[in-house]
Amino acid sequence: MNTQSNALPESFDSHGIPAAPMSTTRPMYWSIRRELWESRSIYIGPLVTAAVFLSGFAINMLAMRRHIGASLLDLAQQHDLLATRYELSAALIMGTALIVGIFYSLDALYGERRDRSILFWKSLPVSDLTSVLSKLTIPLVILPLLSFAISLATQFIMLVLSSVILLGSGVNIAALWTEMSFFHVSLVLLYHLLTVHGLWYAPIYGWLLMVSAWAPRAPFLWAVLPPFVICGVEKVAFNTSHFLALLKERFVGPRNAMAPHSAPKDFMATLMPQLHFFSAPGLWIGLAIAAIFLFVAVRLRRYQGPI
Amino acid sequence: MTVIEARGLRKEFGTTVALDGVDLHVEQGRILGIIGPNGAGKTTALNAVLGLTPYQGELRVLGRDPWSERDQLMRDVSFIADVAVLPRWMRVSQALDYVAGVHPRFDRAKAESFLTKTDIKRASKVRELSKGMVTQLHLALVMAIDAKLLVLDEPTLGLDILYRKQFYDSLLNDYFDRSRTIVVTTHQVEDVQNVLTDLMFIHRGRIVLSCSMEEFESRYLELAVHPERVAAARALTPVQERQVLGRSILLFDLKSNHADRQKLAALGDVRTPSIADLFVALLGNKPGNQADAAQGVAQ
Repeated sequence: MNTQSNALPESFDSHGIPAAPMSTTRPMYWSIRRELWESRSIYIGPLVTAAVFLSGFAINMLAMRRHIGASLLDLAQQHDLLATRYELSAALIMGTALIVGIFYSLDALYGERRDRSILFWKSLPVSDLTSVLSKLTIPLVILPLLSFAISLATQFIMLVLSSVILLGSGVNIAALWTEMSFFHVSLVLLYHLLTVHGLWYAPIYGWLLMVSAWAPRAPFLWAVLPPFVICGVEKVAFNTSHFLALLKERFVGPRNAMAPHSAPKDFMATLMPQLHFFSAPGLWIGLAIAAIFLFVAVRLRRYQGPI
Repeated sequence: MTVIEARGLRKEFGTTVALDGVDLHVEQGRILGIIGPNGAGKTTALNAVLGLTPYQGELRVLGRDPWSERDQLMRDVSFIADVAVLPRWMRVSQALDYVAGVHPRFDRAKAESFLTKTDIKRASKVRELSKGMVTQLHLALVMAIDAKLLVLDEPTLGLDILYRKQFYDSLLNDYFDRSRTIVVTTHQVEDVQNVLTDLMFIHRGRIVLSCSMEEFESRYLELAVHPERVAAARALTPVQERQVLGRSILLFDLKSNHADRQKLAALGDVRTPSIADLFVALLGNKPGNQADAAQGVAQ
């Protein structure tokens, strides 16, 4: 729209304090910290879930101690005792993180327009790209890492709790510790969180951020309604539900990433995406769609003012 | 040197023309006040300067195109758009940390020393502060940024007179020097009359008046006429006449008038008009404008 030259007149040199050297990562770092200051539910949510689960677990263990009496549990039972509960704790914490991530993303670019603080953020030298990327980092990187750390801590506390409570009840405490290969389980969990939550869910969060950047009000409605309408129209017009299946697959996780059913029935194994997770076209198509959503979100933030 | 240079700046929202070919020229070291009724296009003009909105026409701010080079421009430009836009959940200490973290030209010690003069506590959240204190905090942050251009869009709207006075005093005493440039819009014209170096009236997207304050003072003159000389004074074609406590006050534009200062002084008491009175005189008597012009200045 304008003719422009990139040369800045030399007379506009800084006259006061010299500009401190600022790396490009610094605004990103502070933007992420800012998000954590604002949305404390990012860590409070999973922590509360873990705390509630642990108290339930403690009560359960106390009840179990009364029932066990003298009858000793065999190794398989001991394994079940903790393993299934480990799985449950990890699933609950991940589920909480998913819900927190969804609501965080919906509010991320909408809230700052609603409370007019976007005028303050835009007065600082932080680009729209940095802002949007920092907001994407929360559900894609921070939340998975946080839920990993919290899951790990929860499982460790469970192990200690069960050892203390079951001490002297005849249960082989040492076996509890050796039976659960702690290290292996946590690696599987971390892998699952980073791949499925970090990469597979990227288009979901991209969509939510885009809606959040655009919605004049009620971002939740705008995020949910279009997929709902598409599903409905598809059902009525073609009597098919491909779109619904697509959405389901996106939320549940990649089909081919699941462990084959012949494997021992182990929840952890189902979490472990196989190596061909990275060759699944769904992953890459999803990432491409996520990139488009993000590009639009950045553009929208550029144009949008307070509402 | 030129800080803002605009030629034929134009902006439309649908069928509404917000800016209708505005030319703007602001030199370094000036304090420009843009005065206009609500909806006159002040905020749109400032948004264009700040790269917040796309526009038509030519516009350079500090030698850059604000829309396409916004990210670089924001290192040298700071602004307060509207009162109390600081995020309500933020703590004062977090605001300091954050701005220090992202702004290469932020002098934290300066902001801290300004805050010690106020009642603002570091641990307070913005939502716990009064509107006046939020403005003080924002001013503390902005004044500690070594910016070449500071844009203030209604920075004191809704604040009481003490905060408003303090705001402009701080700005003049602790911030402004000849190397900086300030552009301010406000409805509280009386607050800035002695602050500005340049004045601009804008109405319906067009510039109605643009002059330095020296020009303003030498060009416009207000005459409180002796009752017996009203007819003689009226013959000299004043821009506007109004009645205050039974006395006729006549406003003269010496540039478009044969009357000179001495001649008018003989007819009554002469003085420099207030910006508000000139604004009403120039815009208030245009048909259909009374309501919004009066509202704009009286607030």
